[in-house]
Amino acid sequence: MTVIDVQQDPAGRTLKISTRFDAPPARVWQIWQDPRQLERWWGPPTYPATVIDHDLSPGGSVTYFMTSPEGDKHYGWWRVTSAEAPHRLEFEDGFADDAGRPNLDLPTTTVRVQLTADGEAATVMTIESNFPSTEAMEQMVAMGMVEGMSAALGQIEALLAEPTAD
Amino acid sequence: MVVYTDSAGRAAHADRLFHALADATRREIVALTLTSEQSVSELARRFPMSFAAVQKHVTVLAGAGLVTKHRHGREQRVRGNPEALREAHRLLDQLAQLWRGRIERMGAILAEPAPPTSTQSVSTPAGTDHEPHSQGESP
Repeated sequence: MTVIDVQQDPAGRTLKISTRFDAPPARVWQIWQDPRQLERWWGPPTYPATVIDHDLSPGGSVTYFMTSPEGDKHYGWWRVTSAEAPHRLEFEDGFADDAGRPNLDLPTTTVRVQLTADGEAATVMTIESNFPSTEAMEQMVAMGMVEGMSAALGQIEALLAEPTAD
Repeated sequence: MVVYTDSAGRAAHADRLFHALADATRREIVALTLTSEQSVSELARRFPMSFAAVQKHVTVLAGAGLVTKHRHGREQRVRGNPEALREAHRLLDQLAQLWRGRIERMGAILAEPAPPTSTQSVSTPAGTDHEPHSQGESP
């Protein structure tokens, strides 16, 4: 597994990451398709995900919650806008209330996944996340789903606290 | 630079930053003034727009902290602030970090010799040291 490219477009609020896996697209698709496998990678070990509903067909949805170290559950959802197994998946990723109902007041992220065969036994996976606003990006970070978030936020805090060198 | 102690203040600041960067002319002004300080009149000569229009862009950029303005005689000089630009990337960096973590875990699952089939529930945590069960890929 090698991350081959990370592209950031601050103006377009887009993040694009390409990775090469030593497995064919059909196998890589399974880690999205199988809720039990999805649970093992969606959340970090400190914030594990539990998938409740899972339907990756176009128009389908996925509901999940993530459990904080304190035991709090944070619900989230996907709405699948397009899917072509085992090559393409596009979905909206959003937050939900405590009952798992989508909270449309909170921003959503558009995620596009592309799996391209690289020879017989490898796949290049490209994930493109598009954030509708800076608020959405802040929200993603603030919801505590970023590993090492406190450290990263500490860095921002420190940066913002620095006097301007002039 | 203002110190933001709350996330709302930080979000508002980030919003100004991304709004400022969302315009091609403003991005170009930042690029130009990062390499060398420019006066507003010098900038106005480079772009097919009025002095007032350029000045407006500079005000937006200064509001986001992307450039600083100072007077030099009769001239208004503009200088790019690389620190603010780095900050815009930093937010995306954190989100990239989230996906890097996910991708690493995906890689670990894909490296397992006998992947579970789509209907099997996985109750053992990743990294167990026992031999995985062999599973036929029967239809």
